[in-house]
Amino acid sequence: MTTPNTSPGIDLDDTTRAELERAGVIVSKVDTLYNWARGGSVWPLTFGLACCAIEMIASATSRFDISRFGSEVFRPTPRQADLMIVSGTVTKKMAPQVVRIYNQMPEPKWVIAMGACAISGGPFKQGYNVLKGIDRYIPVDVYLPGCPPRPEAVLQSLNYLQEKIRTQDIQSDPAFTAGRRQYPVPEFTGTDLEPPYNPEVWQPPANPNAQPLEEATA
Amino acid sequence: MAAPGQSQRPTAGGSHGVSERSHEPVLQQFPEAEWDEAAGAIIAPLGQARALAEWLLGQGVDYCSNVTGVDYLEREVKEKVTGEDGKVETVTRTEPGRMDVVYHLYSMRKQTGPLVLKQRTGREHPQVQSLTPVWRSCELQEREVYDLFGVDFTGHPDQRRILMWDEFEGHPMRKDYTEPFDYEWEPTPHDEILDKHQRGKVIV
Amino acid sequence: MSSATATAPNYELIQQDGLDTGLLEVSMGPHHPSTHGVFRMDVKLDGETVVDLSPVFGYLHRNHEKLAENMSYLGSMPFTDRLDYFNSMTNNWAYALAAEKLVEIEVPERAEYLRVIMAELTRLVNHLSLVGFFVNDLGALGTPLLYAFREREKILDLFEQASGARMMCNYFRFGGLRNDVPEGWLDRAREVVDRFPVFLDEYEKLLCENEIILSRTQGVGNLSRDLAISAGITGPMLRASGERYDLRKVDRYGIYDRFQFRVPYSDGDVGDCYDRFIVRMLEMRESIGILKQALDGIEHGPVLGNAPKVFKPKPAEVYGRVEAPKGELGFYLIADGTPKPYRYRVRPPSLINLTVLRDMCLGQKVADAVIILGSIDIVLGEVDR
Ligand code: SF4
Repeated sequence: MTTPNTSPGIDLDDTTRAELERAGVIVSKVDTLYNWARGGSVWPLTFGLACCAIEMIASATSRFDISRFGSEVFRPTPRQADLMIVSGTVTKKMAPQVVRIYNQMPEPKWVIAMGACAISGGPFKQGYNVLKGIDRYIPVDVYLPGCPPRPEAVLQSLNYLQEKIRTQDIQSDPAFTAGRRQYPVPEFTGTDLEPPYNPEVWQPPANPNAQPLEEATA
Repeated sequence: MAAPGQSQRPTAGGSHGVSERSHEPVLQQFPEAEWDEAAGAIIAPLGQARALAEWLLGQGVDYCSNVTGVDYLEREVKEKVTGEDGKVETVTRTEPGRMDVVYHLYSMRKQTGPLVLKQRTGREHPQVQSLTPVWRSCELQEREVYDLFGVDFTGHPDQRRILMWDEFEGHPMRKDYTEPFDYEWEPTPHDEILDKHQRGKVIV
Repeated sequence: MSSATATAPNYELIQQDGLDTGLLEVSMGPHHPSTHGVFRMDVKLDGETVVDLSPVFGYLHRNHEKLAENMSYLGSMPFTDRLDYFNSMTNNWAYALAAEKLVEIEVPERAEYLRVIMAELTRLVNHLSLVGFFVNDLGALGTPLLYAFREREKILDLFEQASGARMMCNYFRFGGLRNDVPEGWLDRAREVVDRFPVFLDEYEKLLCENEIILSRTQGVGNLSRDLAISAGITGPMLRASGERYDLRKVDRYGIYDRFQFRVPYSDGDVGDCYDRFIVRMLEMRESIGILKQALDGIEHGPVLGNAPKVFKPKPAEVYGRVEAPKGELGFYLIADGTPKPYRYRVRPPSLINLTVLRDMCLGQKVADAVIILGSIDIVLGEVDR
C-alpha cells in the first residue's frame, strides 16, 4: 500500500519504514490508519433502481460475496450508509428522491454510478423521462459501465473506491472538511426538472453541433 | 348463434389470429357497430361502448386483457380510382386524425378469444366511455392511456396521471409530442441502423 | 375468510377518553427496502391497520414504448430484456411471437425446443428469486435468498454460455434464435435440471411447513376468484385464486402441446399469500418435468428459420401473448408497412396484477401489506416500462 506523503511532520521513506517494521515498530499516520479502517468497512445503501440492482444483489450473494471486501452490511436507511450505489436508470420522476437520499447520508459519503443508465441514460437516453446521468445532481466517485455490469465488476468498482479512500487526506478532503454536503433537490416543472443540472457539480460539455455565431446568424 | 368471443381453439404454433365469426353476433345485437376487416376489430358505436361491453360480459367475455391507445395523425392517402370512362386516376384525400382506444377481450371460462374492441374518437378533445365499471382490469390501463395520450374516460373512478408527475404538460405518447429543446441531442445508432434497414443492408 | 371488496370498510376511529387518535399517513417508497424497487404506496394507517392505500407508479418509466416506435423491429429486442429483468428470455419470446405473426415465419424444430427450455429455465429463476424475496419480506433476512441465488447462478451460467450474457440475454430472433447452444450445453443443462429437485426438496422442507410462514401468510391478502378474473389477474396469482388458466395450455403457443405437465392451482374460490407461494413452488416442479421432456426430445437442426433479411411487414395489427412467469405478457403491434412499428404496446402483467393491491391490503396490518406486495411478484421495469 503506497500512500502519498502529504501531511507535514512525518517524513519516512519506504525503506526506513520497512526497517522499523522488521524491528517490530509500525509507524503510521492517522490518515493511513483511518482510511484503511474506513475503506475496509464501506456500508452500502440498499438502494435498487432497476435491472442493475439485481446484479448488485448478486454481488452480495454466496458466489461473489462482497463481504470479502467488508461491504456486506447493506443498510436500508441512508443515515447509516457510507456508499450509495446508484444501480439503474434514474428517471426524471425519481431524480429528486435520489438527491434527497444523498442529502440524508452522513459524511464521509461516496457514490458509485452503476450501469450505463446511471452514467448517461444508457439505452434509454432518448427517453422523455430519463435523466442523462446522475452526475448532474450529485458528485460521483466511481463510474461503473456495463448493462448490467457483472458482479465481478461491482467488486472491482468497490476496490477502486477503496483505493480512492486510501488516498484521502483528512485535513483537506471535502468529505471531512465541508460539513455534510447537501445539494438542492430539483423541482418538477411542466416539461422537465428545474434546474436541469446542478452547476456546482456538473457543467454541460461544449456543444459539438453548435455553429459559429456568424454562420448561425447569416 | 355462436356466443361472441367463441372461436376455434387456437392452433398450435401460436397462430391464434382473430377468429372469423366471433364478431357477427355483436354486429347483430348492435347494428351501428362497425367491423374493421383490416384490423380485425369491432368499432363500438359512439356512446354505446359501455352498453356493448356490458352485453359482452353477459355473454361470457369476462377477461379484458389489454387496453391501449393509438394515435393517428392526419395524413394524406393516395388512392387509385377508376373513373366513369374506365380511366384509373390517383386521387389524394386527407384522412382526418383520430384516436383509438383498443381493448383485447377474452373469455377465461370458455377459453376463447381474442375479440378486439375499439372506441374511436377525435384527436382534439378525445373522450370515450370508461369500461372500468365492466372490467376492473381497465382501471390502471385506462389511467395510463389518459396520461400518455390524453384521452378522457367518462365514468372512470380515479382518473389521474399514473406514470408522469402531476404537473407534467402534454401527452408524450402522442405522435406529435415534441420533447423540450435538448442542447445535447445527438443521433443514436438506431437512426443509422434504421437507415441501413431501409436501404436493404442487413445487421443482425 | 371473506373476499376483499373494492370499497374501504366503514371506518370509525377508536375514541377513548383523553386520548387523541388520528389517522397516520405513511408514504412507503419509492426508496423502501420492501417495495422491490422504486414503487411507492401511500398508506393511511389507524395504528397498525391499513385503512387506505394508493399505489404510486412511474418512478421507473423509461419510455420503452416511445423508443420502440422510433426504431426498427429488431432494435427493440434488447429493450424487451429490460422490461422484466428477471425473465429476459420469456420477454424475448413474447415479442418474437407477436412479430412472427406479422410475417409468416416458420420456426425450426430445434429452435422451438430451445425456446421451451430457455423459457422454463427462466421460470425457475423467477420463482426461485421471488420465493427468496418473499421470505425476505417475511423477516427471514438473507438466508433463503442466498440459497435461491446460489441455484440461480447455475442457471445463469447456462444462459451465459448460450447467449453471452447473464441477465440480458437478447437471445431470440424473429424466426428462431440468434445462435445454437454451444457443444455440451445440453448435457450441462441436464445436469442442472437433474440436480434441481434435490435443492427443491430441501427448500420445501425448510419453508413450506415453516410455522412462521404458515401463520403469517395464511388468510392474509385474500383474493376471490371473481375479482381476480375481472381485474385481469394472470399467472400464478390467478391460479392461486382457483382459476385454472395457463396460456401454455390455452394458446398452446410454441410446442407446448407436446409436453405432459399439470397446471397447479388452488381448489378454492379464494387465494391467500400462502396459496400464491405454494403455487409457485409447485410450478417449479412442473417446469422441471417439461425441461426433462424437452431435453430428451431435442434433435439437431438449424435454429434460425428463413426470416426475411429486412423486416418490413405489411400493414396489420397483431397481439401475441405468452405465459411469462408473472402472468400474461402480451405485445400489441401495429405495422404500417415501414421498418418501424406504428404502435408498439406491452401488456405488462405486473402492472395489471397490482390493480387489486388496495383491495387485498385494506383491513390488514401494515406489515402484512409488505407481504401481500411481495406475493404479487412485481418487477418495476415492467410495471412502469
Ligand atoms: S444499465 Fe442496463 S441493466 Fe443497468 S439499469 Fe440501465 S438498462 Fe438496466
